[in-house]
Amino acid sequence: MFRAPFAFRLLAAALCLLAGVFAPIAVSAQDNTSQIRELIAAMPDASLRELEEIVSSLAATGNTDVVPVLEALGEGDLYFNEETGDVVIVTRNRMYDPVTEEEIAPVGETDLSRIRVNNGLRRDIDATIGGMTLMADDPQTRISAARTMGASPDEENIPLLDEALAAETDPAVRTAMENARAVTILGMPDATLEQKRQAVPIVSRTSGGAAIVTLRSALNEDTPEELRADIESAIAGLEQERAFWQAAQNVWFGLSLGSVLLLAAIGLAITFGVMGVINMAHGEMVMLGAYTTYVVQETIRQNSPELFDYSLAIALPLAFLVTALIGVAIERGIIRWLYGRALETLLATWGLSLILQQTVRSIFGPTNRQVGNPSWMSGSFDFYGLSITYSRMWIVVFAIVVFAALLVVLNRTSLGLQMRAVTQNRRMASAMGIRTPFVDAMTFGLGSGIAGLAGVALSQIDNVSPNLGQGYIIDSFMVVVFGGVGNLWGTLVGALTLGIANKFLEPYAGAVLGKILILVFIILFIQRRPRGLFALKGRAVDA
Amino acid sequence: MSKALDTMLYLNGVSVSFDGFKALNSLSIIVKPAEMLAIIGPNGAGKTTMMDIITGKTRPDAGEVYFNGRTDLTKLDEAAIANLGIGRKFQKPTVFESQSVWDNLEMALKKPRGIFSTLFYASDREDKDRILDILETVRLAGRKDDLAANLSHGQKQWLEIGMLLAQDPKLLLVDEPVAGMTDAETVETANLLREISKTRSVVVVEHDMSFVRDLDTRVTCLAEGTVLAEGSLEQVSANPTVIERYLGR
Amino acid sequence: MITQALFRALDKKAIWVVAILLVIALAVPAANLLIPPGSPGHVPNYLVTLFGKYLTYAMLALALDLVWGYCGILSLGHGAFFALGGYAMGMYLMRQIGDRGVYGDPVLPDFMVFLNYSELPWFWQGMDQFWFAMLMVVLVPGLLAFVFGWFAFRSRVTGVYLSIITQAMTYALLLAFFRNDMGFGGNNGLTDFKDILGQPITATTTRASLFAATAIALALSVFICSMIVNSKLGKVMIAVRDAESRARFLGYRVEYVKLFAFVVSAVIAGIAGALYVPQVGIINPGEFAPANSIEVVIWTAVGGRGTIIGPIIGAIIVNMGKSYFTGALPELWLFALGGLFVFVTLFLPKGIVGLIGQWRGYSEWRNRPAPPSDGAPSGEAHASDLAERGENTKTVTRAPQPKPAE
Repeated sequence: MFRAPFAFRLLAAALCLLAGVFAPIAVSAQDNTSQIRELIAAMPDASLRELEEIVSSLAATGNTDVVPVLEALGEGDLYFNEETGDVVIVTRNRMYDPVTEEEIAPVGETDLSRIRVNNGLRRDIDATIGGMTLMADDPQTRISAARTMGASPDEENIPLLDEALAAETDPAVRTAMENARAVTILGMPDATLEQKRQAVPIVSRTSGGAAIVTLRSALNEDTPEELRADIESAIAGLEQERAFWQAAQNVWFGLSLGSVLLLAAIGLAITFGVMGVINMAHGEMVMLGAYTTYVVQETIRQNSPELFDYSLAIALPLAFLVTALIGVAIERGIIRWLYGRALETLLATWGLSLILQQTVRSIFGPTNRQVGNPSWMSGSFDFYGLSITYSRMWIVVFAIVVFAALLVVLNRTSLGLQMRAVTQNRRMASAMGIRTPFVDAMTFGLGSGIAGLAGVALSQIDNVSPNLGQGYIIDSFMVVVFGGVGNLWGTLVGALTLGIANKFLEPYAGAVLGKILILVFIILFIQRRPRGLFALKGRAVDA
Repeated sequence: MSKALDTMLYLNGVSVSFDGFKALNSLSIIVKPAEMLAIIGPNGAGKTTMMDIITGKTRPDAGEVYFNGRTDLTKLDEAAIANLGIGRKFQKPTVFESQSVWDNLEMALKKPRGIFSTLFYASDREDKDRILDILETVRLAGRKDDLAANLSHGQKQWLEIGMLLAQDPKLLLVDEPVAGMTDAETVETANLLREISKTRSVVVVEHDMSFVRDLDTRVTCLAEGTVLAEGSLEQVSANPTVIERYLGR
Repeated sequence: MITQALFRALDKKAIWVVAILLVIALAVPAANLLIPPGSPGHVPNYLVTLFGKYLTYAMLALALDLVWGYCGILSLGHGAFFALGGYAMGMYLMRQIGDRGVYGDPVLPDFMVFLNYSELPWFWQGMDQFWFAMLMVVLVPGLLAFVFGWFAFRSRVTGVYLSIITQAMTYALLLAFFRNDMGFGGNNGLTDFKDILGQPITATTTRASLFAATAIALALSVFICSMIVNSKLGKVMIAVRDAESRARFLGYRVEYVKLFAFVVSAVIAGIAGALYVPQVGIINPGEFAPANSIEVVIWTAVGGRGTIIGPIIGAIIVNMGKSYFTGALPELWLFALGGLFVFVTLFLPKGIVGLIGQWRGYSEWRNRPAPPSDGAPSGEAHASDLAERGENTKTVTRAPQPKPAE
């Protein structure tokens, strides 16, 4: 799987090479410009039948410069000046010469008449352009021309494809052309059985639903037995492959959802697992992190737009600080008075969440705020059969980094050591000189700060509104409870399991029902294992 | 099993471990009907875990636990075991603090425990007399309407012993009954337990040696989840291992 | 024996609450119908409906108090039982519309015609009969509570875990009822009711009767709750709340005690929901929202949990406040509600009733320890753990300190 970058580089190198090879051919095709001019000049007075002939004559020149003219004709952008008889291309904002593509001084619209075409001619034009672009300089253009032919098979294309294939050396283009040819042959009534049987494996080389559709449509009552067997086994293979990629896609979406859940839940796992505090305002910490991102981006937009790509890097530490400070304030102000009364803490922090939501609503308004993706987070790339958006990918990476960083903090720093000590035996820790109230405040601050980081990430894929946190709080609780508290690995496994399970259920049950099923599953799961997947065992637990 | 026949409590080869730590290691103990057994031993010897196993709070990894010669306790839960006639007094006195002394005893009184029989329960003359008797016995008659939370530590101990009596169990498990009691109260408690043990089986866990001496009964010393020594208090406290591991010199 | 239990239910303050509610049940409709508008003493129509709604909330809060205040089960999903009762009533009211709907279908409610249902789903059968619908009002929430509680309590899910899964329960129902293909009207819920028991639902007399019915239902609920909490079972419930495993060692089946309280509570909540729907004229999935259920908790906490009168007072006061705020200062309502949560948990753990009790210097209130925290594991196990680790349990001070979740 990780050979992909290498394959891409290889491809790029090959493309550069080919561009060099084809350049001279393109130059040699320039000689017939005057012939083209004549043909174009004949267009205004031509009947539809004559136009058809002109189009095929233009194609016969083999010069790809005629492609824009043909395109303009097909799209109804080709006009002629009624006084001078000059043919021009008119697009929405400019008017230019069809051959030289030089701008022409605009004339009044009344002087221009459109050169009319009908649907039959339009189809001819499309096919002709397809044939022409098969010879274009740009390999990408050639590929898309071949794909267009594959999408609307026409046996007249076969000679064009054969001709193009004879000259083609670019493997990617060849593949596309061979595929288009095979698809066309499969659809042709008078192709020989042998030809068709050869076409089947070529069609099934391209994965995806299109190949299956093509193969299916080649099946009918008259299909000879050998061909039927070929096609059916090819379809079976393709479906298997499709199922695999579908599963891979689900796993990826699941990982992506899981990492979002992980980000939202991991701070909760700390406050709940280490301190036994149910922080219902945790979702609002996430929301505040997202709003911090918004404020950072707004400031950047107004003051130095060139920094926009760094906005998330600036927002991360700020969001952490803001939410961590609020967290510490909450712990010192409210939660510490309620230790040992878990349910009261739950209620008080719920009240806090209402206050925080309303505060944000009062300051920023109830509507969604626009948080943009930096350039490196927008767009997507194809990975074999998968289409992966950069934002989702970076969030998965970010979740892993946060998780790893948290493990390091807990296991390798003195604060982590103190936190673990306080968790295991508060009195003993306090007797050894650990300032337990300080550790409590720091723990809560850490949990809240991580929620803030999650908010920065979520601002990239979700609507930033005062209700942002509400959508995650129940899911986060499910993750923590499912994974088992007091165990970060449990949270990781819980988040990913729930994420993937959710995405696998969705195609069968629909998004909402899938979610309901997950909730019901967790409710039942807790009955079986009241302390979650990775619960600690021991006498204390039985209490 | 056959060996268990004429015993009240029969533990054979009971082991349990928590996360690798062996709390009980092949522990075997027998208590006969109408017999008192005092258990001593250092912290972590497994005394509380043993009680947890007898009362169904913890399941043993291995071993047999029989009550009254035939009932396998490892198959039952706490409520079922309590209803068989096993009463437990906890190390830390655990009474229902927001309820009155009287209510505490009323709940402990041996009566049907079902939902509807408790919903429609009305105390009759006999029940009231029984509770008054117990209040006399545990010297709380004057405080019957006070909240249990307002009792002193020693009084809570007495209340819990009273609740044990109200349950009318065949076997009493008593964990550190005299902590927080004055010397006079300690002597009283020992007398009370001796009295009880004439008709029922009693297992007492205690650190207070003078109290154990007052009990004047068979003693078992536990250490590291297994029996270290058995016999009279004199015999056990003369045992060199016991001196080394528990009593110290 | 049973007569004694009934008699016991009416002692102490409960008899006053029941009596006052019965007087209200008569007086308010009378003042609405018999005293002409404009005269002093006339109760306007909107107030009858508004307070009728408050009384259904009071019932819901009382139901929650039975499980939370007395049994230590903090349910964050009681709104679900309320909503289920409401839906059962709503289904009956929908069937009463008959062919007066927009589409004029004699059997199918409008939304079903709209969603191309060809026939009534099986679970709508029989809902045109009042007695059957009322049976469902009691049965559906009761059954859900029974099944949910049976599993949860038997496997000893307690404390915050229980709270979280009750929240998950109502959340799952919220999502489910939002779906159009559930057959409950989806997003829009059930509304546009016309008749109840043949009477036009918006008529003044119907409104007044509904109010009276609600007040009587609340009085009955007070009576039943009072009977339960004043019985020995009520004492056992408090014992379960304060020291669950101790109650178990006394031989009580804690799971059955909880299950009983939970089912009774769910049924009361369901009836409250059924009375709520005809008075507000709509039931939609929003009633399942977890936030609603948590709000009920604060009504109970404000009034004073572990008392009969507390939740009733709390529900009415908080909702009057809500009506005022959402009308006059809508932006401030969430601040006020949020602040109330924080204030009550920090400074008013016993609620208004507890506060009044303190002012009046009742010794029982002075002496009463704060209700121990609900789902907190009972003390003895931890004490014994501490002792095993060589610490002196006799001097353990119970200062508030965080304890990792178990």
